[in-house]
Amino acid sequence: MGDAAVVRAGFLEKRYGTKTVLRDVTFALARGGTLVVTGPNGVGKTTLLRMLVGLAAPTRGSLDVAFERGRIGFLGHEPLVYRDLTALENLDLFGRLYRVAERRERIGMLLERFGLWDARGERVASLSRGMTQRLALCRTLLHDPDLLVLDEPHSALDADGAALLDGELVTLAGRRTLVVATHDPARLAPIQSAHLALERA
Amino acid sequence: MTTYFGDVAALARKDLRLELRARDTLPAMALFVLATLVVFHFALPGDASDDAAYGLLWVALVFTALLGLTRAWVPEGESGALDGLVLAPSDRSAIWLAKTLATLAFLFVAELVALPAFALFFAGLDAVALLGVALASIGICAVGSMVSAMAAAARGREVLLPLLFLPLVIPLVVGGVGSSISPEPGTYLGFLGLYDVVFAILSWAAFEYVVTE
Repeated sequence: MGDAAVVRAGFLEKRYGTKTVLRDVTFALARGGTLVVTGPNGVGKTTLLRMLVGLAAPTRGSLDVAFERGRIGFLGHEPLVYRDLTALENLDLFGRLYRVAERRERIGMLLERFGLWDARGERVASLSRGMTQRLALCRTLLHDPDLLVLDEPHSALDADGAALLDGELVTLAGRRTLVVATHDPARLAPIQSAHLALERA
Repeated sequence: MTTYFGDVAALARKDLRLELRARDTLPAMALFVLATLVVFHFALPGDASDDAAYGLLWVALVFTALLGLTRAWVPEGESGALDGLVLAPSDRSAIWLAKTLATLAFLFVAELVALPAFALFFAGLDAVALLGVALASIGICAVGSMVSAMAAAARGREVLLPLLFLPLVIPLVVGGVGSSISPEPGTYLGFLGLYDVVFAILSWAAFEYVVTE
């Protein structure tokens, strides 16, 4: 796996002031691999994922991600959309910024697939937490990214939504590189190729 | 380049659409500037000169802009939308330029309320003074969009924004008042134009570093 690694972290450390959030995190992930990141709350999973996508910088250590910014899809704790725009308007805006080819068709397909077509004209603020998470997944997949970084993607999803996501991840596994932080690693066992268990720094 | 300005247009349209829906910023700016001018009308002695009134106009305009800038990045902060924009492959300066244009549009609308009210209460503005207002507004929004993005990421943003913004716009107040009352306003207008160009370039180039760690 070493030479073909598309994500490589060496002795990664992250501090906020005097507080060390991550220490000596080292891993490598091959193209098409699925890294499952686990650990208790507050151990730095979200921080690690934010560093992978470029939203945070390591304090020490090395981090190499072989994908350009526009080829990464990030699902965070927050949906990263505008609350007072509709689902359709949000996807149209981000589709434009991500240079999505045949944007309308792609957006329509994702809205259908994630069960949001009927709610496409509703403002995000009026959607339930689960529906908002589905929209966040649509935004993450909109540009068909090569690297998917997902932070607890099953959170807030109902059984149907979680099953839908599982199916999506199975389809993507092997074709795309995945990094998924979760409290339910058994759910990702069928697609997992590497595991990173974080402990308190 | 077409793509860049297309991004700017899409982002600015988004800001205008959000404001048309939420109506959080524009009514507040318009009411604030009107109320401020009414207070100044009664506070200023009857025999005060027009020069003093022009000074008060600029106080009203700067604080009205500050009110709009306080809310400028609120939609981006509500659901992490700014992270979504920052992660997109588009040029990050487009985010700043779009926010500047949207804020400028809001300030111009507030000025459409303020300037007739000023003419009613105090004195009229000639074409040169109006040009001064327009140039100063551009500078206010260029610098203000930048520093309000910095403040939005920090704790105590309500305190931080005025602390960063007000010292930076003092030259604009000097230029704006000068263009309104000086017998030779050309120098002041040139100064305002120069300020706009310099600070727009600085903000455009530095914005990337404001929104990334």
